[in-house]
Amino acid sequence: MKTTSIETKRGAKVRVLEAGKGAPLVFFHGAGGLLEPNPFLDPLAERFHVFAPELPGYGESTGEEFLDDMLDFALHGWDVVAALGLKQPHLVGHSLGGMIAAEMACIAPNDLDKLVLVAPAGLWLDAHPIPDLFAMLPFELAQLLFHDPITGAALLTGGLDFSNLEALRDFYITNAKQMGNAGKLLFPIPNRGLAKRLYRLTAPTALLWGKSDTLIPPVYAERWKQLIPQTQLQLIAEAGHMLPYEKPQAFVAALADFLAR
Amino acid sequence: MRFTWFNLMPWPYLPDDFREQHRSVWVDIPNTLYDPRRGHFVYHEYMDQLEYADSLGFDGIGVNEHHQNGYGLMPSPNIIAAGLARRTSRAAICVIGNSIALYNPPIRVAEEFAMLDVISGGRLIAGFPVGTPMDTNFCYGQIPIITRDKYREAHELIMRAWHEDEIFAFDGKYTQLRYVNCWPKPIQKPHPPIYIPGGGSIETWDFCLDHDYNYSYLSFGGYKRGKLLMDGYWERVAQRNKDESPYRGAFAQIICVGETDQEAEELYSEHVRYFFNRCLHVYPGFADPPGYRTIKTLKAGVLSQLTEDALSKFPTLTWKDLVDDRYIIAGSPATVRDQMVEMIKGLHIGHVFGLFHNGNMPDWKTRHSTKLFAEKVMPQLRDVWPEWKHDDRWWPKPMDNRVQPEKSLPGAERR
Repeated sequence: MKTTSIETKRGAKVRVLEAGKGAPLVFFHGAGGLLEPNPFLDPLAERFHVFAPELPGYGESTGEEFLDDMLDFALHGWDVVAALGLKQPHLVGHSLGGMIAAEMACIAPNDLDKLVLVAPAGLWLDAHPIPDLFAMLPFELAQLLFHDPITGAALLTGGLDFSNLEALRDFYITNAKQMGNAGKLLFPIPNRGLAKRLYRLTAPTALLWGKSDTLIPPVYAERWKQLIPQTQLQLIAEAGHMLPYEKPQAFVAALADFLAR
Repeated sequence: MRFTWFNLMPWPYLPDDFREQHRSVWVDIPNTLYDPRRGHFVYHEYMDQLEYADSLGFDGIGVNEHHQNGYGLMPSPNIIAAGLARRTSRAAICVIGNSIALYNPPIRVAEEFAMLDVISGGRLIAGFPVGTPMDTNFCYGQIPIITRDKYREAHELIMRAWHEDEIFAFDGKYTQLRYVNCWPKPIQKPHPPIYIPGGGSIETWDFCLDHDYNYSYLSFGGYKRGKLLMDGYWERVAQRNKDESPYRGAFAQIICVGETDQEAEELYSEHVRYFFNRCLHVYPGFADPPGYRTIKTLKAGVLSQLTEDALSKFPTLTWKDLVDDRYIIAGSPATVRDQMVEMIKGLHIGHVFGLFHNGNMPDWKTRHSTKLFAEKVMPQLRDVWPEWKHDDRWWPKPMDNRVQPEKSLPGAERR
């Protein structure tokens, strides 16, 4: 993966991971950002020209002050696509990134090729309240996000040694900055009215979901299917909410299979 | 020195096994633990105590705002303050305060505070807290990272509404009003003294100094822990070339006075421990949601009083820990006086918010402690700051010929 920096027309400076050749695919990460090391972007780049921009407030990307609400985030997504000079890319979004990608596709339904939503946020079912990520303690996260919380905890922290106070503080501050910005779309209820706009979608759409997702449980996939009749759902076994990290091979295979059709 | 008698209004009937059975006293405390019929007596008892403090010569009587909180039964402090304004005529009425980012539109605060100032004859102190994350974010749903910007805008609207005599349009990011026209307006011109209660956000210091507002540090950690933060504030005051009047600062302190040190322990120990062990049992996940604190504050290492080791310590603190580590100031009048002087001088403050009712303390003990303080301690602390004796910039300036409603109450002579 190579790292490039682009500037959107609005003035946000965005770091983008890029690799591969072929049809352009833009991957929008979830509320936790792009975890390192990344197990799925390189395999994906064997089939597609992959771009993974970091949201403002994440990693080295700046410009979070330009983004207040759902419309700002969706337009920012298209600004990134424009700054990269891409025409009708595939849009793939995970969790928060899925919410943004879906909103982008509702706003400009003819400007993308296919849409893949991986355990996307953005809907709310009263009968199945999504746990409050903002009131979680760090050690509670792995249990919620992974089918296998022990391996998951190591993935989440990049193997960070929490007995090192300096490292712990940096981790805490980074998390506060990232999740603080994600809160603009997710707090207190991760619903910004997407459901009433999904009728606009025309792109072929797939849903990928970890069978063991306890953050946004698969019952949400059923609701997405009701709202997007043309969508296909694939559930992946032994994967939690962090499906792309937990089962990268199955994730890439399912994704490539759908996009190649 | 000025002393305000403050009541947090805790629910005094939390069960003995509250900590074991429930994860938090705040936000998701089961509301079935509240009994409105008992609550009737609790409110009246607490309001009577505030009026009693007025009759003993405390300079102010104070209330604050909390939501879904087992140790703070005032979602609307203005309702309590209205009751006090109708039953007293002497003490300042400190509402510390209204979380202005929560009111929609925030002009409501300008109106209600103006009403309180008018009813009380100009005795209001107006507090504008950003609000705790528990209240502001988890109970009232404000997005953490946006809370401060919303606060800033609400403050601008309220101050313009009080200052300006012409009707104006307000095109805010969060509030748009075509006709801003504060009716009524406060007696105090251009507005009542403003106090900003702070936890541990360094932006608040500059905000206070930009506007010459009082900075009130409200914690339950006592003055040894408070000193770190207040020292930072005074350093900032000096950097900004402001005068060092102690009246720029206020501090909340739990105070328990007995005839002797031993009596203080015998009378108050179980109630103070009820407060620390049960009332401060807050789920740590509610204390610091990402985005609530600015990155600047986080980098400065001024972490929340609740996220630090405090939370894990509160439940196990004994009377001896609480007294020796100065979480509380407790003992005979002489002991309390000495420690008060140490606290007042150490923090360089002119205003004390004294917490005399604690946890499940019964009325008679609360009054006993309050009376001893008013008669045997307070008079000896009046002149700690002789050089700032005439500094009343942060104190209300009421009307001279105001109504004295308490004089016409039935049984007034017995109060």
